[in-house]
Amino acid sequence: MEKPILDVKNLSIRYPGAPSDAVRGVSFSLGCERLGIVGESGSGKSTVGRAILGLLPGVEIRADALRFQDMDLLTLTETEMLKVRGRRMSMILQDPKFSLNPIQRVGHQVAETYLRHFKCSKAEARAKVLEMLAAVKIRDPERVHDLYPHEISGGMGQRVMIAMMLLADPDLVIADEPTSALDVTVRLQVLNILDGLVRDRGIGLIMISHDLNLVRNFCDRVLIMYAGRVVEVLQAGAFDRARHPYTRGLLAAQPRIGGGRTPLAVLDRRPEWKEEPLA
Amino acid sequence: MTTITQRLPAPVLALKNIVAFLWRTPTSAFGLLVLGTLILTALFAPLIATHDPYVQDLNNVLQPPGNGHLFGTDELGRDIFSRLVWGSRITLRIIFLVSIVVGPLGLLVGTTAGYIGGRFDTILMRITDIFLSFPSLILSLAFVAALGPSLNNAIIAIGLTAWPPIARLARAETLTFRKADYISAARLQGASAMRIIVKSIMPMCLPSVLIRLTLNMATVILTAAGLGFLGLGAQPPLPEWGAMIATGRRYMIDSWWLVTFPGLAILCVSLAFNLLGDGLRDALDPKQVNRK
Repeated sequence: MEKPILDVKNLSIRYPGAPSDAVRGVSFSLGCERLGIVGESGSGKSTVGRAILGLLPGVEIRADALRFQDMDLLTLTETEMLKVRGRRMSMILQDPKFSLNPIQRVGHQVAETYLRHFKCSKAEARAKVLEMLAAVKIRDPERVHDLYPHEISGGMGQRVMIAMMLLADPDLVIADEPTSALDVTVRLQVLNILDGLVRDRGIGLIMISHDLNLVRNFCDRVLIMYAGRVVEVLQAGAFDRARHPYTRGLLAAQPRIGGGRTPLAVLDRRPEWKEEPLA
Repeated sequence: MTTITQRLPAPVLALKNIVAFLWRTPTSAFGLLVLGTLILTALFAPLIATHDPYVQDLNNVLQPPGNGHLFGTDELGRDIFSRLVWGSRITLRIIFLVSIVVGPLGLLVGTTAGYIGGRFDTILMRITDIFLSFPSLILSLAFVAALGPSLNNAIIAIGLTAWPPIARLARAETLTFRKADYISAARLQGASAMRIIVKSIMPMCLPSVLIRLTLNMATVILTAAGLGFLGLGAQPPLPEWGAMIATGRRYMIDSWWLVTFPGLAILCVSLAFNLLGDGLRDALDPKQVNRK
C-alpha cells in the first residue's frame, strides 16, 4: 500500500463533562480504499468520523497521531480547517431530510462547495453543479437544480448530498450511515453511484454503518467497534474467520434466508471487551 | 391559474401568496388596508391635503369640524386634516428608519451570539439584558435628553431601545438551528462561521424577526408619539401626531377635535400594525407554508 491518506493512531475522544472517553485507542490507516466501520449505536463510530473532520467543538481529542496526507489534524487551526473541509475531505450525512437546507434551492446549496473553494463565476459553478448532478444519475438536472429539498425524494436528496460533497473532488469522504434513512430499493442504487464515483476518482472512503451485510459487500476492510474501541479488523471477504466473540455474535444475530427457524442468537456483551487489548 | 403563477419569479410569488393569505382574514385585511392608506396618504400628501399644514390663520382659530375644514382648526388656525395628512409622512419616516436600524442590528447580534456561543454570547446577551431592564420609553427619554430634542434624535433613541427583544428572538431561533444537520453540512462544505450565519441562519430567522418587527411598530409609533407629546420628539411646527395631541391638550375641554383626530390616527395605525403582525405570524408560520 502506498502512502496512506489518513493515519489515525491511538485516538481517544471525550465529550465535555462525560465521565469516560466516548472513543478509546482507535487506530487505523486508510489508503485509496473503502473502509467500513460497523458497530451498534453508541459505539462511537460517528464520533470518530466527526472528530476527523473537526466537527466537534469543545470536545477533547487526544491521539498519538492524526494525520491527513501531509497535515496534522490535531494542530490545524479552525481557519486552516475551513480550507480542508469540503475541498480535501468531506462527509455525507445520514438523512437528506435534515441535512439539506430547507429554504435553499438544491442547486445553490451544491454550488456553495464550489464557490467556497474555487474562484469562479456563478455560471461556471452552475455548469459544474449540473455536471455533478448528472454524475449522480439525476435525470433532468436542470429541473432539479431549481427545486427545494422538500420537493425531491429521499433517494434523490441523498444523491444531491453526494454531489454536494464530491463536487470539489476531495481525497477522503466519510459517509456516515449514508443509506440508513433510505428505502431498501433505493439503497443499492445510491450505494452503486457512490461506489462508482469513489472508484473513478480514486477517493478514500470511510463508510460508517450499522448494517453488517452492506459493509461486508461494499468495503474492502471493516473495523468492528464496540463501546468506543475497535475490537476487530477484518478483510471484507474474511468475515467467516472472525475471531472476536462480539463479531461472531453480530454475525450470528443476523437472520438468513433458508436458515433455521430457531430464535436468533442474542448478542452477548461482556464488560471485559471494553478493556482487553486488541488481539 | 397555475400555469401563470409558475412563470412568476419565486419572491414575487411568495409575496403574492402572503398578501393573498392576509387578505383572506378580516383582521389582517384591515391592517393591510390601513397601512396601504397610510402609505398612499404619505405619497400623495400635497394632493390630498386641503390646506398648507404650516399656514396660520389667526382669524379662524379653534373652528369645529365643517366649514371648509374637515377636522376643524387648531389654536393657530391651521387645518387639522391637512396636518394629519402631512403627519403621516413623519410617522412613516419614523417606522421606516427604526425598522432598518433595529431589524438588521437585532438580527446580527442575535444570530452571531447564538451561533458562536460561549463567552461572546454571554457578553452580548448581558448587554441586551441591560437594555431590556429599563422601560423602553424611559430609556429613549434618557437618550433624547442626552442628544437633544429633535425628530432624528427621537428616531435614534427609539432604534437604540427597540433592538434587544429582536436580538433575543433571533438568538433563540438560532439556538434551535445551530445543531441542525444542514448547518453541519454547510460546515462540511467549508463555509466559515460568518458565511453560515449570513447564508443559512439569517434567512431562517427572518420570518419571526419580521413578525416581531411588525408587532413592534405599534410600540414604536406610540413611543414616538409619547416623545412628541413630551416635547422631546418632533419640534412644534412639524405636524407630528403626538406633538399635535400635546399642544391640543390645553384646549381639550372646549375643542375636542384637537386631540381626538390625531389620537384616532395613532390608534388606527398602531392597531393596524398589531393586526398585520398577527396575520403575518399565521402567514409565515412554517406549519402553514405547505398549504399553498
